[in-house]
Amino acid sequence: MSVDVKTVKRVARLARIAVSEEDAERMTGELNAILGFVEQLNEVDVSGVEPMTSVTPMDMKKRRDVVTDGNKAADIVANAPATEENFFLVPKVVE
Amino acid sequence: MSDLTQLTISQARTKLRGKEITATEITEAYLAAIDRANPALNAYVAVTGDKARDMAKASDAKLAKGEGGALEGIPLGIKDLFGTEGVHTQACSHVLDGFKPRYESTVTTNLWADGAVMLGKLNMDEFAMGSSNETSYYGPVINPWRRSRLDTVVMPTTHQGDGGFVSAGGTRTARSLDNAQLVPGGSSGGSATAVSAFLCAGATATDTGGSIRQPAAFTGTVGIKPTYGRCSRWGIVAFASSLDQAGPIARDVRDAAILLKSMASVDPKDTTSVDRPVPDYEAAIGKPIKGMKVGIPKEYRVDGMPEEIEALWQKGIAWLKDAGAEIVDISLPHTKYALPAYYIVAPAEASSNLARYDGVRYGLRVPGKDIVDMYEKTRAAGFGREVKRRIMIGTYVLSAGYYDAYYLQAQKVRNLIKRDFENVFAAGVDVILTPATPSAAFGIADEDMAADPVKMYLNDIFTVTVNMAGLPGIAVPAGLDGKGLPLGLQLIGRPFDEETLFQTAAVIEQASGTFQPEKWW
Repeated sequence: MSVDVKTVKRVARLARIAVSEEDAERMTGELNAILGFVEQLNEVDVSGVEPMTSVTPMDMKKRRDVVTDGNKAADIVANAPATEENFFLVPKVVE
Repeated sequence: MSDLTQLTISQARTKLRGKEITATEITEAYLAAIDRANPALNAYVAVTGDKARDMAKASDAKLAKGEGGALEGIPLGIKDLFGTEGVHTQACSHVLDGFKPRYESTVTTNLWADGAVMLGKLNMDEFAMGSSNETSYYGPVINPWRRSRLDTVVMPTTHQGDGGFVSAGGTRTARSLDNAQLVPGGSSGGSATAVSAFLCAGATATDTGGSIRQPAAFTGTVGIKPTYGRCSRWGIVAFASSLDQAGPIARDVRDAAILLKSMASVDPKDTTSVDRPVPDYEAAIGKPIKGMKVGIPKEYRVDGMPEEIEALWQKGIAWLKDAGAEIVDISLPHTKYALPAYYIVAPAEASSNLARYDGVRYGLRVPGKDIVDMYEKTRAAGFGREVKRRIMIGTYVLSAGYYDAYYLQAQKVRNLIKRDFENVFAAGVDVILTPATPSAAFGIADEDMAADPVKMYLNDIFTVTVNMAGLPGIAVPAGLDGKGLPLGLQLIGRPFDEETLFQTAAVIEQASGTFQPEKWW
């Protein structure tokens, strides 16, 4: 399978990365080189093989459903580009 | 010894405990060395001099009372991927511009609890994506090793040369260094260069497809990627969560064992942290390997591999045989599919993990006409080319209609790769010996690799299988090539059997010796 410029632009939109016409064209070539390389996986017989879900066999750790941490609003917003009273500020989303 | 930076961790530990030297002295020696070398090598992206001095002072107070942890007063460099409270943590990306976390990663918390001193944050490929440390927002790291030529120089009289071998009147051979700058490998290139060039006693690193072992091999240092689940991933910037593991880069096998003992822990904050006590890895060093079964996988003999790598491999086999190990030929039939499967699984996980960099909660924000425009502009400006490439691949293979063909297929192949290893271990093989990399360090801005991303990816061909199977792997220097560059061998072990890796790597190190670059910086 290979991608065209239109698909690259659609994927860039899904990934929320702005691309110029030039970027999209360059990326098309690069992505096709990588997709060409991974193509060989199709020759592997995987009948009866489960997809891997965990590389180390282990049970999911569980803990009591109680609050163990918190009251760190100031820490949480400390690195944000724009905040007000411990809220993240973003451009207007709802008109 | 006049230069304290030359001490290994185990030597420094003895001298610190014996009060022959102080933590402040050794810390000042490293800070001075960084000051001199960093403009040339670019290993550190942030130096935390004041913090280092404070930590050293605290260590000295403990050492004076005969107290202190396993790493008391030992100065370390920390890869920029580890969250360090109040200190530069950007995964060497522009998108995390100005980020200083309000928390400390579990691995570094463990190191400070054992008394280690932080010198600063080390350069790396952006988000650990790269094999040459050229994708960093902070520019490439330079390998302290350079190619050299052996020249025969006629010596009319006996002369005390600088660096050459003295001969009485005849000829002498001298290595002359080439000026071409080489990469230190990646993604932990800053860690490898800093350890190799004596800019820290040891360093933390991370390995998703070979990012500890490949740079270790390129710089003549020792690097171990432990079993998935051995070191907590909590507080480490995530790249591909099912593959990422932290580990140390060190000057010798013993130092790597000392560092891993402190880095590893059982951590309730990481659900993939495995509930097993951390053994004393150092105790494995020096144990005989007589009767140990060493597997040699035929699939690691790849087309176009330089003869010197094959020769090095044979030398390694001979050393282990001489030490009493039994050498057996093995087959890992799905080896060649590990790299293509990796280039689906890792970008898929990366595209998901890196979705969080949106200009809202931390780092860079580029204003836009609405929120989506802001996201898109922020991510376009914040991520470098390689990172964008991988996010795009990951987004594509996870998108509707392609998920089964790419992602599910790759995860099935991954199970087959793991099964290959399980089969040979079940057949009684204790450890597997392979080359660490398909070549020695290459030049900065290599044109072939810049033109074709897949060429760069092939650097990880021998290391990536280990991440796909979650196994431990160690790279240990084993010799120099004809141009005087270090080459490494890799040992792969059973899950959680890092001890066998240290035990066997120590035998290789004993036979090969350790390697230091000639200082030009």
